[in-house]
Amino acid sequence: MTPRAVGAALIAIAIAAALSAPFVAPHAADARDRSLLNAPPTLPRMVGDDGSWHAPFIYRWRLVSQLEQRYEEDRSTRVGLAWLSRGRLVRSDDEARAPLLLLGTDSFGRDVFSRLLYGARISLGLAAVAALGATLAGAIVGGLAGYRGGAIDDLLMRATDFVMVLPATYVALALRAVLPLVLTPAQVFALLAAIFAALGAPFIARGVRAIVRSERRLDYAAAAEALGAGGWRLLARHLLPAARGFIAVQITILVPAFIVAEATLSYVGLGFPEPVASWGTMLHDAANIRVFADFPWLLSPAAAMFLVVLGLNLVLQDARRGSLEFNRPA
Amino acid sequence: MTRYLVRRLAFALVLVAAVSSASFLLARLAPGDFVTETLGTQASRDEIARERARFGLDRSIAAHYRDWAAAALRLDFGPSMLYGRPVRDLIPERAAITALLAFSALVFATAVGLPLGIVTGSRRGGALAAAVRGASIVLLSMPPLLTSLLLVFVAARTGWLPIAGMRSSTVPSGGAALDLLRHLIVPALAIGLPLAAALERLQAQSMSEVVDAPFVLAALARGVPRRRVLWRGALKASLRPVAAIYGLMIGTLLSGSFAVEVITAWPGLGSLMLQALRARDIYLVAGCAGAGALFLALGTMTSDLALAIVDPRASETSRHAEAAA
Repeated sequence: MTPRAVGAALIAIAIAAALSAPFVAPHAADARDRSLLNAPPTLPRMVGDDGSWHAPFIYRWRLVSQLEQRYEEDRSTRVGLAWLSRGRLVRSDDEARAPLLLLGTDSFGRDVFSRLLYGARISLGLAAVAALGATLAGAIVGGLAGYRGGAIDDLLMRATDFVMVLPATYVALALRAVLPLVLTPAQVFALLAAIFAALGAPFIARGVRAIVRSERRLDYAAAAEALGAGGWRLLARHLLPAARGFIAVQITILVPAFIVAEATLSYVGLGFPEPVASWGTMLHDAANIRVFADFPWLLSPAAAMFLVVLGLNLVLQDARRGSLEFNRPA
Repeated sequence: MTRYLVRRLAFALVLVAAVSSASFLLARLAPGDFVTETLGTQASRDEIARERARFGLDRSIAAHYRDWAAAALRLDFGPSMLYGRPVRDLIPERAAITALLAFSALVFATAVGLPLGIVTGSRRGGALAAAVRGASIVLLSMPPLLTSLLLVFVAARTGWLPIAGMRSSTVPSGGAALDLLRHLIVPALAIGLPLAAALERLQAQSMSEVVDAPFVLAALARGVPRRRVLWRGALKASLRPVAAIYGLMIGTLLSGSFAVEVITAWPGLGSLMLQALRARDIYLVAGCAGAGALFLALGTMTSDLALAIVDPRASETSRHAEAAA
């Protein structure tokens, strides 16, 4: 497999996981099991203690130390797996006593694997919506500036310059922090998407402006104008499509940045509220020294984030090279 | 050149003023203030009113802003309510700590990334180049948020390095400087590793293009040793794109250091900003945001100047752009 194909596969898996969360996740994102706080993953096995083979099964966790939250496998009974039951891909036969925990539980006794899948919906969804918003705003501003030129161009480009030199992290933090801390998850989603889009749009606007400016001097633009195409039509149908490649590359640069931005804000407690599952809020719950030493499965959102960003980088390698070439002065 | 410099400086000042004013006003407009955040629900009405008056929170926003801005012009940025010290004293202290971290990360990234990029870029293939390239792509996919989590994880598991703060509570053997250095390793690597990867990729690409240039072939044909051609002529010609990217890196350093500072409890500007925001310490919020903007503006300006010196064409184009504008 080429690196590109690996990258595409990683992204496809992440999107599929987000879309199919209600089917693949064994539990709801906020279902708690108070008897299993910080329980380790229950690994599905095929070989029993006596060396005999079985259909995949798990062992139940037995609490050894309440204080240290240490668990031991209860090897006396094998708990089978129920496939395609109750509308879920796979669950344990005995969910009440021995739930299937592919990535263990967090400090509230919630299934980390299920939260990871539901979290993908929020984290990836937010990044996608914000990137779309940044693209729309950037294309409009850049297209207008490049097409009209003159005072409008000057004004718009000064504005983008200004946004681009702002300390983005501090601005996002300050904007989020001054708004009421108690917002519904949907409000937080819209708010963060708007902040990210506003901070990302100038990068798209600048490139689009440069492309539109050079394209509109070409013969085909003059021909379209001579045939009676109006300004907006010329811009939307003929000039902006020339920026397609550039925009595609920019989106794949913005998406990972937005995923990380959400994670950073949620990590410091200024993102989504409890008990919403996003990769950032999950890391927020994991922000504690014992996690690193004793409960490493709580860091799985970081691994998921890495794989998605890696996938985007692998897909983009060739395209990104193209974009660097574009930026070089001719 | 002087005119250009003056314009850039003026722009930086306007930027800092705008950013700190905006964050002051936003923080003031936000629901809740320092007094309600710290005194809680137990406090009596008198007590709250007294505290508010002490920090000037009882005045109208317009009057408050006017007084603050007038004082700020005399470089008095108000007291930090959280620390009970002038913001003017607090910020340089913390900014220096962030600068130490950012500078260490930059030095590490340059010392590791550039030589590796030169080596991989000047070779056609081979296992070493492939391995370095692979490692770079993996590291490029790990923003400082992730590298710092990973490094803290490794440090916590192995116990090799301290994972939080800047100093140990007791000065260990080897003295304070060594102690600081040991605390610096995890956060500096967390920022430096992805930067090193970015530099390696960029330098490798630029180097591989220069190696194909006619002047390299001509030098080789004249019998100049390959090593000498690579490390003298080709290297010099290939450094321009990297020099240009340093300006963009200042922004990455500032935002990257925020996540790292919070995760590794590094007491820099980022952690201070977060504390200030949480406590609604508006003078400190305005000060931190302004300092961040200043950091960024001065950084980009320095790198633009450096670029103009390395590559005269850059200042040439900026002059043209100015003439056109």
